[in-house]
Amino acid sequence: MVANLLLPLTGLLAAALLWAVGAGWLASQTPVAASFAPLPAFEALLQLLQGRDLWTHVGISLQRVGIGLAIALVLGIPLGVLTGLSKWFSRSTTPLFQFARMISPLSWMPLAVMVLGVGDAPVYFLLAFAALWPILLNTASGVAQLDPNWLLLARSLSATRSETILRVILPGITAHILTGVRLAIGIIWIVLVPAEMLGVSAGLGYFILDSRDRLAYSDLMAAILVIGFLGYLLDHAARSLHRRWLHA
Amino acid sequence: MNSPLAEAEITAVGVAPAVLEGRGLSYAHAGVGTIFDGVSLTVRRREIVALLGSSGCGKSTLLRVLAGLEKPAAGEVRFLGEALAEPHPRSALVFQQPSLLPWLNLAGNVGFGLDFAHQPKAARAELAERVAAAIDAVGLAGREAAYPSQLSGGMAQRAALARALARQPELLFADEPFSALDAITRAEMQALLVDVVHRWHSAVLLVTHDIDEAILVADRIVLMGGRPGRLVQEWTVDIPRPREDFPEAVSALRLAILAALRHSSQ
Repeated sequence: MVANLLLPLTGLLAAALLWAVGAGWLASQTPVAASFAPLPAFEALLQLLQGRDLWTHVGISLQRVGIGLAIALVLGIPLGVLTGLSKWFSRSTTPLFQFARMISPLSWMPLAVMVLGVGDAPVYFLLAFAALWPILLNTASGVAQLDPNWLLLARSLSATRSETILRVILPGITAHILTGVRLAIGIIWIVLVPAEMLGVSAGLGYFILDSRDRLAYSDLMAAILVIGFLGYLLDHAARSLHRRWLHA
Repeated sequence: MNSPLAEAEITAVGVAPAVLEGRGLSYAHAGVGTIFDGVSLTVRRREIVALLGSSGCGKSTLLRVLAGLEKPAAGEVRFLGEALAEPHPRSALVFQQPSLLPWLNLAGNVGFGLDFAHQPKAARAELAERVAAAIDAVGLAGREAAYPSQLSGGMAQRAALARALARQPELLFADEPFSALDAITRAEMQALLVDVVHRWHSAVLLVTHDIDEAILVADRIVLMGGRPGRLVQEWTVDIPRPREDFPEAVSALRLAILAALRHSSQ
């Protein structure tokens, strides 16, 4: 128990120490960099947490994550089911999917802005595009790994098509979908910040750029801490959802 | 539960009406060829029939055809006198793997599918009672809220048996239901199966490759063999239960079956 808490804490403290040393060295070269150090960053963080601005940016960013994830789920689950069920569909799409998923979503940014205009729409597109692949591929592998006896059981109960889908197939692949969601959240969270640096006027990515423009480097560091912490929480939430579903 | 008519049928076990009748069944699989040919098999009410054969002799496929899960190339299956086109609501299946649904707890698994559209309509309270009785019969009372990941292999197979019992089957199809269990658990489960199907007044078609299991459990043993598969020989087992108490009769039957197996493979 002590080791469970102590070791991670030691790691975090060591990182903070390196951060302080690094910032100190940087400050000796360019004095303005002093506000990159841990102490000013934590002071800024306290200030920001008490104000309203940061919370607004966090709220908008989380909302974008939710919308991007929702679009990815709506498209990814049916496509994944189709990929898992139909050999024909799977064979004809696998090379395309493997090709598309290796393209950084941010590469689409200029095109997305051109087609969808400046604003939230291209950000949603980029997030959904990033999240689609892990959801699609995990759904497909979930369908492929369904226990054939479950389907036999459904047939032996003379299950209708919708009973088979709603009571056996969908719950049967939910664990895989949740694995996909967890991976998707990790990717979305990473793509979110750069995506918000282009053409929007709120969100954590925008806040980072805005802090830089204001030369408020301690705010910038505070935002980095918030991004890391929220990402950690999101991943933790997705993991525990997965665990709860499996009752493991 | 039994009507007077049913009681009268029970007194005359030898001529009990057929629950399941397969006549002149054959089945072919593309690429593999004919799996079995000209097979006729009857299971009577409350009778435990073991379909014995070596691995790959086609006995599992025969079970699936008899259960209405596969269509035969030729022949006909009748369940309670009616031609069978799809699995009958009064039949239930138990597989080698428990195949419990991991997202449902024990009670949810045992009651799974009882509310499906094509199942006989029953009040919610009656269904809950059937689930509770089935769980109790397999000795899992008190574990209703446990999830499959929290059950041992033996307990999971008990749960699978309870899931079949909750459907009050006229006939239970069991495909190597205990072959994945350790020897001690298997012996317990064999005794439990005989006990509960007697209490539930169900007939059983048990597919097995285990001669001892067939002798200990069945009222009648049907040996399947050859290529394509056919029914080779049949024995009525009239050794009193528990059959472990009659080792001489058991080993005599065992030797007779082994001899038949040797002849059928020549």
